[in-house]
Amino acid sequence: MALHSQDIAWFSWGALRGYPARTLLMLIAMAIGVSAVVVLTSLGEGARLYVMDRFASLGTNLIIVFPGRSETAGINPTTMMGETPRDLTLNDALALTRSYNVRRITPINVGSADVSYLSRSREVVVLGASHEMLAIRHWELAQGKFLPAMDLDRASPVTVIGSKIRDELFGAERALGKWIRIGDRRFRVIGVMGSEGRSIGVDVQETIMIPIASAQQIFNTSSVFRILVEAKTREAIEPVKQFIIDTLQQRHQGKKDVTVITQDAVLETFDRILGALTYAVGGIAAISLAVAGILIMNVMLVAVSQRTAEIGLLKALGASPRQIIVLILAEAFLLSSLGAIAGYLLGQLGSWSIRYAFPDLPAYAPAWAVVIALVVAVITGLVFSLMPARRAARLDPVLALSGR
Amino acid sequence: MLPVVILKDDDVIMIELAEIHRDFLVGDQVVHALDDVTLTIESGEYVSIMGPSGSGKSTLLNLLGLLDRPTSGVYRLNGKDVTSLSDIEQAQVRNREIGFVFQMFHLVPRLTAAENVELPLILAGMPPEQRKPKVANVLDDLGLTDRSHHKPEQLSGGQRQRVAIARATVTEPNVILADEPTGNLDHKSGTDVIRILEQLNERGITLIMVTHDPEMGQRAWRQLRMIDGCMHSDHSNDDQINPDHGAS
Ligand SMILES: Nc1ncnc2c1ncn2[C@@H]1O[C@H](COP(=O)(O)OP(=O)(O)OP(=O)(O)O)[C@@H](O)[C@H]1O
Ligand SMILES: [Mg+2]
Repeated sequence: MALHSQDIAWFSWGALRGYPARTLLMLIAMAIGVSAVVVLTSLGEGARLYVMDRFASLGTNLIIVFPGRSETAGINPTTMMGETPRDLTLNDALALTRSYNVRRITPINVGSADVSYLSRSREVVVLGASHEMLAIRHWELAQGKFLPAMDLDRASPVTVIGSKIRDELFGAERALGKWIRIGDRRFRVIGVMGSEGRSIGVDVQETIMIPIASAQQIFNTSSVFRILVEAKTREAIEPVKQFIIDTLQQRHQGKKDVTVITQDAVLETFDRILGALTYAVGGIAAISLAVAGILIMNVMLVAVSQRTAEIGLLKALGASPRQIIVLILAEAFLLSSLGAIAGYLLGQLGSWSIRYAFPDLPAYAPAWAVVIALVVAVITGLVFSLMPARRAARLDPVLALSGR
Repeated sequence: MLPVVILKDDDVIMIELAEIHRDFLVGDQVVHALDDVTLTIESGEYVSIMGPSGSGKSTLLNLLGLLDRPTSGVYRLNGKDVTSLSDIEQAQVRNREIGFVFQMFHLVPRLTAAENVELPLILAGMPPEQRKPKVANVLDDLGLTDRSHHKPEQLSGGQRQRVAIARATVTEPNVILADEPTGNLDHKSGTDVIRILEQLNERGITLIMVTHDPEMGQRAWRQLRMIDGCMHSDHSNDDQINPDHGAS
């Protein structure tokens, strides 16, 4: 005597609709549990992605070289003797291109200078770089071209400006092809940066970029502030780092007077911490699912005693204990699935609101969290209804029908 | 043994109770609800059970309907010992061979009349397309076709009991067990319900009915009287031969 599944569904659905208050209560309990998981994990995941994205916008597989030993490396002879460390030069940068594992490099110089167009002028951060800067930093151009590919030591009067600078200097006027004055030199605008380029440290919208050699002329220096090196792969980062240290030691008469840092180390730590945080908040939210489960058990117990006569009747009509259990569990399954779906939608609405309120935060619940929340909700509903279902199946039909 | 039996052409023994005891423990006191009951009922009989309150009538009926198990004794239904059956097997027997009619009707309030009648067929696992015509048939038989989509609360007591009878008969059982089926009905609808049950009996279904009402009880061919859990008397109306019964 197997019940037809559509009959099971029909009967359970009818039972749920027959007791709207109870049904609503359970739906809400389930929905809160599931939506809590969805919202909290989306928050955690959003925070993780946000931080990762900020770091990634520095560049991928990026290695940064700057002059001087870092303090964390301990006391070293140069600082002991009061010597200033040897500067990095364009030739140092060039030397670093000679490794198979290096994809791109750019030396950079940063300084501020007065920039003017016609009568408008302001002080601006000027960044000297090579044409590779765009690719290394994953920036995007809004208009025109980026700095041209050419020898590092060649100056050229061209500039790429941030969109804010363009707005301030040119207003509605077309900026491409116009000549602006940086310091005491004239540069032709060949490109405008897109609005994508957000990154830690530099606001691209408020920056002006010129070839590295031109920047050295403006700032009257022969040294380089930093060298950015992009390794071909993640695995290549360590060899490249070693290559940089060796090469520069050789070029600096055997002195280890540069600091080489990789962003991956930092990134990984953040990734781990924030990932763990997401699991933690997900786990805390899952506790509310367990609470929902206990509530379901109680409500199902009430449901069984409320419907004692009905269950007794079903038995009199020939329902086997198994069929009674199936019917009660089907009801619980239906309830917890509906609750889970409602909770899922509620949770998505919640994380949508978070994204709406904080556009920078990619608060999307990770798929694993959604799947686990739904599965746990349904399983909790079933498991906690097992006891009430068994109780129903064991009901003495005579007592149930007599209402004794 | 009796002229009644001779009138019937298929005197097959349907129910056989031997030395049935049913004890309840109330506190530390044992109540003998059934005290050594031995009884044989043949297929197609019309039996009424009467007796004072607490004499064990309902307990006997519940045992016959496999809703309850005896403390001791043997119950054979259609020659088969059913006391030793498993819960699942007993459920099957209830579903296929027995129809219940209760004093309180026991309709599921959220289901329509037709859906209530359909329930036993659903539990039997019958496919929907086979169920619908059967349900429509019994409802038609009982004059309930225009009420089939009404909820119990929209029906009168007599109509509710007719729906319950439709539910009891839709599986075409061999026996109908009715525990005070008219107990909650006024005289007229009570008589209607009894007539319907008697018509079913005339078609060959064994009818066993518990009643308090002597007038109703007297209508049965065979009248059992219980007192204190014992079968006090077993009386057959052999003088009151109903020609309809001879015809079946
Ligand atoms: N589940 C039970 N637990 C304890 N005692 C019970 C139980 N069921 C029945 N009894 C007792 O068994 C005896 C017979 O009860 P039963 O219900 O069969 O009587 P009845 O003849 O149907 O009475 P009534 O005419 O009032 O319906 C009574 O003394 C009753 O109290
Ligand atoms: Mg009774």
